[in-house]
Amino acid sequence: MNRLQIKSSTLLSIGGSVAAVAVALLLGALVMSASGASPVEAYQALWDGAFVGRRSIAETLVYSAPLILGGLAFALSSRAGLFNIGIEGQLITGGFVAGLVGAWDLGLPGSVYVPLALASGALGGMVWGFIPGFLKAKTGAHEVITTIMLNYLAMRGITYLVLRRDDVLPVDPSFIATQKVVDAAKLPILLDRTRLHLGIIIAIVAALVLWYVLFHTRFGYNVRAVGLSKGASAYGGIKWGATVTIAMALAGGLAGLAGAGESLGLHGRHWATAPGYGFTAIAVGLVGRNHPLGVIFSGILFGALNAGGPSMQSADVSKEIVQLIQGFIILAIAALEVVNRLPAIRSRLARRSAAQKAGA
Amino acid sequence: MTTASRASAPAVEMRDVRVSFGPVIANDAVSFSVEPGEIHALLGENGAGKTTLMRVLAGLIQPDRGELRIDGSVVTIADPQAARRLGIGMVHQHFMLIPRFTVTENIILGNEGDGSVLDRQSAAREVRKLSEAYGLLIDPNEKVENLTVGLQQRVEILKALYHGSKILILDEPTALLTPQEIEDLYGILNRLKADGTTIIFITHKLKEVAAVSDRVTVIRRGKTVGERITAGTTGQELADLMVGRGVSLTVQRTPATPGRIILSARNVTAKPIHGHTELEIEKLDLRAGEILGVCGVEGNGQAELVEVLSGLRRVQSGVIEVNGKDMSHGDPNEYRAAGLSYIPEDRHHRGLVLDFPLWENVLLGNAQGEPFVHNGLINKRRTQAVTRNLMQEFDVRAPSPNTAARSLSGGNQQKLIIAREMFRDPDVLLAIQPTRGLDVGAIEFVHKELVRVRDAGKAVMLLSFDLDEVLDLSDRIVVMSGYRIAGEFVAGDVTRNQLGLLMGGRTSNESAAD
Repeated sequence: MNRLQIKSSTLLSIGGSVAAVAVALLLGALVMSASGASPVEAYQALWDGAFVGRRSIAETLVYSAPLILGGLAFALSSRAGLFNIGIEGQLITGGFVAGLVGAWDLGLPGSVYVPLALASGALGGMVWGFIPGFLKAKTGAHEVITTIMLNYLAMRGITYLVLRRDDVLPVDPSFIATQKVVDAAKLPILLDRTRLHLGIIIAIVAALVLWYVLFHTRFGYNVRAVGLSKGASAYGGIKWGATVTIAMALAGGLAGLAGAGESLGLHGRHWATAPGYGFTAIAVGLVGRNHPLGVIFSGILFGALNAGGPSMQSADVSKEIVQLIQGFIILAIAALEVVNRLPAIRSRLARRSAAQKAGA
Repeated sequence: MTTASRASAPAVEMRDVRVSFGPVIANDAVSFSVEPGEIHALLGENGAGKTTLMRVLAGLIQPDRGELRIDGSVVTIADPQAARRLGIGMVHQHFMLIPRFTVTENIILGNEGDGSVLDRQSAAREVRKLSEAYGLLIDPNEKVENLTVGLQQRVEILKALYHGSKILILDEPTALLTPQEIEDLYGILNRLKADGTTIIFITHKLKEVAAVSDRVTVIRRGKTVGERITAGTTGQELADLMVGRGVSLTVQRTPATPGRIILSARNVTAKPIHGHTELEIEKLDLRAGEILGVCGVEGNGQAELVEVLSGLRRVQSGVIEVNGKDMSHGDPNEYRAAGLSYIPEDRHHRGLVLDFPLWENVLLGNAQGEPFVHNGLINKRRTQAVTRNLMQEFDVRAPSPNTAARSLSGGNQQKLIIAREMFRDPDVLLAIQPTRGLDVGAIEFVHKELVRVRDAGKAVMLLSFDLDEVLDLSDRIVVMSGYRIAGEFVAGDVTRNQLGLLMGGRTSNESAAD
């Protein structure tokens, strides 16, 4: 009976996400029909572009890697009760730092250089996550405000460093990027003649590790307790300030890793133009229900949309329609959340289950 | 309840009503009848089906079968509008008010008149008139968000009256009220009754039945099990009907044999949660084998006292010792390690993480180390096994340790908390309002448990705003007033009256003189 119950609640939240995606695809189809295109053809093209052939699959996974890591960052901070809108800033900070370390040519072998460059990227993101976490814990400064400000700070700061400080840093102002990452610091390519690099493995391993940490360690327990009930966690002797600070720093680390993967695996340097993955990552986290394993799937979904989008042009549909669909997914998920949180419905459900118990 | 009204048809009559939600039957074979102009209590434990039944009357639920009569004629109540036309109004447990609207705006909501122009002024006048007629003391132009819970409830009552309700249903109306507000509510209800309003009062508290009702219908597991004239029955009879077995309303206990001091506080001061008055505790001792009752009017430093004694609030000065160890600057984990357990005042926001399963709630406060946590890793299987045992030992009724705490009844939630807190085999137990919101059966369990813990040689502090509970269970009593301990007594050496006066802010000498 109990196992059934767990399953039904899990199914319910998976079902919610699936329904949201379905609703979004449907709305996207309506928009396409309204503009005179054939949604069936367009979705066929999207599917082919994302999943048919090894090249398509590789591209989907290439796009998925940063989205999964960013989604994990959002999930972790959400579990601690914080709305981390600063993934973008944490991600580019990580990408920039990793790009610098990779471009410096430290003369190390790949087995040392790659982990070092990845770790420094993660560390960069961690610092960018730690700051809002610490401010929240010490002063109560709202993380939405501080992370948005830190996003700008990261964007403008990196642009400045890239354009003006080529005297001390390995940057290339003419490219608005860091210099090229040396080969020893590059992530290995997993599949010949594709862009698929180690990043996707890192993302999936990170998801599994985060799953274990959240659900099998005291730290993860503390994070979830703090996120669900500040009062009960204080009663349970859990230090709120330390927990949210560490959770935010680790979330920043995950986002930093996402950026590092892009610099070291995909582009071979850090471009000082914002990819926007940090914001899509919020949707990835939400669709994945802030569950690390769910985030893997939703990350691949969003990766597929990005990878397959351009193919839709063959069906006379602008690839921007993909962004529209992503927007619809977010709206549908948000609508679902609102419905879930309607206190009236909640208490009615509680009363009904009480009635069930009385009847049982 | 006059002979005249007896002769006329009942104001409300429900015959053989059955309500089901899918396969679950919430009400079955219910017969329920209310005389015009009486206050009729609908008594039953949490989840017995009281609210469901009344939602049928309010047009919110359609019964599968059964007959409804209002003033003698058969009716169907298809929706809330139909209920309103029949003069039935319901005040729900959770108010359905819009905080940013004024009282008048809330009241005329859904009844704005026919034209396009809202006549707020005349509506406000009428609201004021009604408010004055029944002593509700509501300003029609005040925004609802500025009103206390008690006043918001009055707005709901006003709303029902404004809509012409002759039959008023109140769902657990005292749940969120202070004792004074409850008294005021009784006054209002009696005035409404005198004016001919029929009132149905849903409750699970025997005291309220006795205090306010003329007749009472008891409902158990979805069925009506008896109807009594309140004056002609006893609390014991009603409790037995309600629970379905003999329950003891009074606590059986032997005299205490107090032992050594387990927790002591000396000259402790602490900052308040709100306001400026500091907590000042000159001397407080909890002894082995003794229940110390703490009584007082809410908001006189009790919350601060509890937080200080459990490590949640820092002391400014003074010394707290547990088992002889200085705990003055300890955190909750250190207090637990020193032998303290604590049943908090608020199950939902302190005692439990409602969205956690039961086993993770057993972990709350127990995650510092063995047997549940080793090197920072949680031993899920062991925690679940312990949870299963605790559920059996403490009669926590839930499908499994994986059930979410939210889905349990209040009584079962409280049992889970007690089970968790007793698992550590503490030397001292702080029980803060441990029976708040519980039904009779669960209260009996909690009271027996507290006495059992005392008899096992532990120190117990019982803090309650229910003076009867404190008097029933305590071996020693302290009164809190003005963030201080205003008096300390051996139970039996003090009268209810003396305690009441001290609680009201009189000094010990004054109250002795009375």
